[in-house]
Amino acid sequence: MTTRDQEMLVRARQVAQSVPDPELPMLTLADLGILRDVAVRDGSVVVSLTPTYSGCPAIAEIRADLASRLAAAGFADVDVRTVLTPAWTSDFISSAGRRKLAEAGIAPPRSQQGAKGGPVPLTLFAPGPPVACPACGSRETERTAAFGATACKDLYRCRACAEPFEHVKEI
Amino acid sequence: MGFDTAYEAISEETDTGHRWAFGTGFTDPLAGVDTAVPAGIDGGDLATYCLMLGDDALIMSHRLQQWLARAPELEEDTALANIALDLLGQARLLLARAGAADESGRTEDDYAFGRGEHEFRNVRLAEVTDADFAGLMARLLVFSTWRLALLTRLRSSADPVVAAVAAQGVKELTYHRDYAAQWVIRLGDGTDYSRERMRAALAATAPLVPELFERSAAEQRLAAAAVAVDPADLRAEFDGVLEHVLGEAELDWPQSPGLAGVSGPAGRDGVHTEGMRGLLAELQSVARALPGATW
Repeated sequence: MTTRDQEMLVRARQVAQSVPDPELPMLTLADLGILRDVAVRDGSVVVSLTPTYSGCPAIAEIRADLASRLAAAGFADVDVRTVLTPAWTSDFISSAGRRKLAEAGIAPPRSQQGAKGGPVPLTLFAPGPPVACPACGSRETERTAAFGATACKDLYRCRACAEPFEHVKEI
Repeated sequence: MGFDTAYEAISEETDTGHRWAFGTGFTDPLAGVDTAVPAGIDGGDLATYCLMLGDDALIMSHRLQQWLARAPELEEDTALANIALDLLGQARLLLARAGAADESGRTEDDYAFGRGEHEFRNVRLAEVTDADFAGLMARLLVFSTWRLALLTRLRSSADPVVAAVAAQGVKELTYHRDYAAQWVIRLGDGTDYSRERMRAALAATAPLVPELFERSAAEQRLAAAAVAVDPADLRAEFDGVLEHVLGEAELDWPQSPGLAGVSGPAGRDGVHTEGMRGLLAELQSVARALPGATW
């Protein structure tokens, strides 16, 4: 890699990493863990992305946003590629991302136990350890809806402070 | 030059006019993914298999979308929209994979909007209409339990694209199945009236179940090449989950013979029920009225 490529890579990575997610704008793509790689090949920038959910409608906007911001930073030739493996998991959200979610009043996902391989057990009642309320910190919370305003969130309420809040689902 | 939101970033004037959220020009869900068919796998069979799995998701998603604004509570509308969206995403990837596997170059839109009824490979369970919300929940429980068992196994498919779609789909279907199971229990173990409605829903769904475990010729060949799963292998897991849920709901699985095919063939052969024609007429209306339109 030439020195010029090296400089391009550092700048391109800075730009790509700082692009906000359209659905969770308090997070950058790097915080969300969907930015898998930024590379420079023959003077063009190659960005690799992994969608959070199969049907995530934000992915088209994210791709357009990346191309647009990189173009504004002087990179005319941008190739945004999809990487499907390994599939995104909520464990990819960085610790900075988890802190930013909580500060914005959204409970971050609990870490996964990493059960892989065999049949998926049915979860009928009270899945997982309690989710802490992002407003008051109480663990006396309950889920009010399994699906929320975006694919990645569900809805909770706190029994201690009575505040309703969103929570990023564990997948 | 910076943007406060992604929408602002993509709302700039371009040579082709004003772009907005659904006209970003990035349409291929497999952009940048290696879609070469691995050695030893028949591309035609793989394409057929991807259409089966993709059509199941596309058609079920469309039926779910028809429920929007009709569910008993806003939370259920939101849930149905999310489930439909997950399945639509799986369908897009699988239909795009089919076009790459058979080297026809057909896009997801070509498959979704350009095929006739007899070319759709979905099981009939996906296409039928529901008498009521209980009917939808019974059908969703059966569909998601079956598909979750299938995708769980396909995570180790010899086709890396199918394996990747399955790995993500498993996480999504886990939520769909839990959601449907909780409603089946709530209605089955609820009032006499709700219980009767759920009992009728199970009776309406049961004849569509045997077809889920029948194996097509393409599946048989692909199962031998470790690309596909023999659907008969899913039966034990399916029965175990249904038994668990219906036990909690205090309901019995109705004894029912399978819905007869037309002279034997069924959904996987492109032979569908009466409702499929109306579903496709709606699904394809814009694409057929405005050929070549993009969105």
